[in-house]
Amino acid sequence: MGFPHKPHPRETLVLSQHFGQAEARSYKGWVKRGGYAMLEQALATEPAKIIDVVKESGLRGRGGAGFPTGLKWSFMPKEKKKPHYLCVNADESEPGTFKDREIMRWTPHALLEGTAIAAHAIQAEVAYIYVRGEFTEPYAILEKALTEAGAAGVFGQLQIHLHRGAGAYICGEETALMNSIEGKRGNPRIKPPFPAAAGVFGMPTTINNVETLVAVPHILKRGAAWYKGLSLSNPKSTGTKLFSVCGHVRAPGNYEVTLGFPLKDLVYELCGGMRPGRTLKACIPGGSSVPILDRAETEGCLLDYEGVVEQGSMLGSGGVIVFDDSADMVYQIMRLARFYAHESCAQCTQCREGTAWTTKILERILAGQGKTADLDLLLDLADNMTGKTICVLSDSCAAPVVSGIKKFRGEFEDYLAGRRRPVLVA
Amino acid sequence: MSVSAHPGPPAGAEETAPVFAGPTLERLQQLLTRYPTKQAALLPALWLVQQARGWISDRDMAEVAELLGLTPAYVKGVVSFYTMYHQHPVGQHFVQVCTTSPCNLCGAEAVVQALLERTGAKELGATSPDGRWTVIEVECLGACGFATPVLVDDDFIESVTPERVAELVARYK
Repeated sequence: MGFPHKPHPRETLVLSQHFGQAEARSYKGWVKRGGYAMLEQALATEPAKIIDVVKESGLRGRGGAGFPTGLKWSFMPKEKKKPHYLCVNADESEPGTFKDREIMRWTPHALLEGTAIAAHAIQAEVAYIYVRGEFTEPYAILEKALTEAGAAGVFGQLQIHLHRGAGAYICGEETALMNSIEGKRGNPRIKPPFPAAAGVFGMPTTINNVETLVAVPHILKRGAAWYKGLSLSNPKSTGTKLFSVCGHVRAPGNYEVTLGFPLKDLVYELCGGMRPGRTLKACIPGGSSVPILDRAETEGCLLDYEGVVEQGSMLGSGGVIVFDDSADMVYQIMRLARFYAHESCAQCTQCREGTAWTTKILERILAGQGKTADLDLLLDLADNMTGKTICVLSDSCAAPVVSGIKKFRGEFEDYLAGRRRPVLVA
Repeated sequence: MSVSAHPGPPAGAEETAPVFAGPTLERLQQLLTRYPTKQAALLPALWLVQQARGWISDRDMAEVAELLGLTPAYVKGVVSFYTMYHQHPVGQHFVQVCTTSPCNLCGAEAVVQALLERTGAKELGATSPDGRWTVIEVECLGACGFATPVLVDDDFIESVTPERVAELVARYK
């Protein structure tokens, strides 16, 4: 198993402070590090008070949408008339993102503790942790941790169960995830009703990402004011975040920095920059579903929810994919389109047909058989795929295509004009 | 690292004895206590079938349907939605290689080629003539910083390069 990199002095280690310490995986080792103390304290605190602290901290969902966590929790009914559920989204499948995997494999008890605190705050008696099917190692580590902590009786009345996925990116969409727990195909549901009103098994439900939940014990321990103070640029973006960096950098990995940290420094300094003789061409800052940034935008980008939007993209899940000047952007965008075509649940026509045709047209261009009108056709398709479907998978396929054509049009035109040798066989 | 294998039957054979008997049935009954509906135990039940058989046949789907109060058609609908469930027998070792963009940038295609050659599977999705290996390309395995990740059965192996393929294949004697 890969070992995490040595911490960089410019990182702010909160969630990742115990990465690399095998002992932290055991119940004993976790308690030795102060683990489960905040859960004990939380169980003796009124749920509403915990929600207030989390609201005050400014913590926002780390799965991609960035919705304020405390506010989400407060949507759950105060008067409990039905069973409440917590679903933990550990279906991490967004290309470029591998932070939750690292959290689960090094600090499984951090997730269990955060889960139990959240369940108490929303008055849930059952929590399901939905782990993607391919994460065999994190699943086994979590299962062991759950058994140990359960035997120690730290969860009180709360039941925590692991639910293994079976290979479907779409199950990371919260309503598809609930359907998958219910034993159904992972098709997203139309909202409303929102999960807090009618979620899994038709009952009030909250769905939170792994990284969001592991931040909660730290907030309870050190206070909302401390967490709010972790902000380098916009006060609406608080706390630390794990950024998964991959692609053409010398030292890929998970780096934890305070929100507002410059993307340029993350890439050139923490990750050691480009390989020798190479220069940065492009970057996808928040997982493959967000628009591509060119070099100037990358170098001017601050990593918080607002800063990335200012550069025309989104913070998303914090999966940073770096492309150097050797990358064929047309080919890479085709690979991403192929991903979405493969992962479309095929419920909505715009998505089922749009992702498939986007891929076919890109493949045609790469095979040297593209037509002059293909770029307009791709943009037209993308327009029909954006904002018109039950979930945003379709929009996610359109984002790299639209931004790619806008920023790297010349590379597409080289294939269309025969200036570039075809790389696919028709 | 543990080395696992599907204990399933050789390609083409279909077992007729029920999957859910003895400890496997007990395991299912235990799973049923976790959910308020029987249907919710479907995904874990299908995993139990695949662990026992190596794949999920129509007969197995009917058995699961019967146990959970569902129709065989419904179960097939779910099985066919999730790509990790095998609807056909596969090689003794099932190899999944990530080839999505981040891994592609780092040379995943050469890893696929090396695996196809070394295992003798030759073609994606085909099983090697000795029945031991099936290699497929998959979309994002969620370990992009450790390109190229490869899943051999339940063993998640990071940072595979074409040079490491021979040693990796040799591990599964």
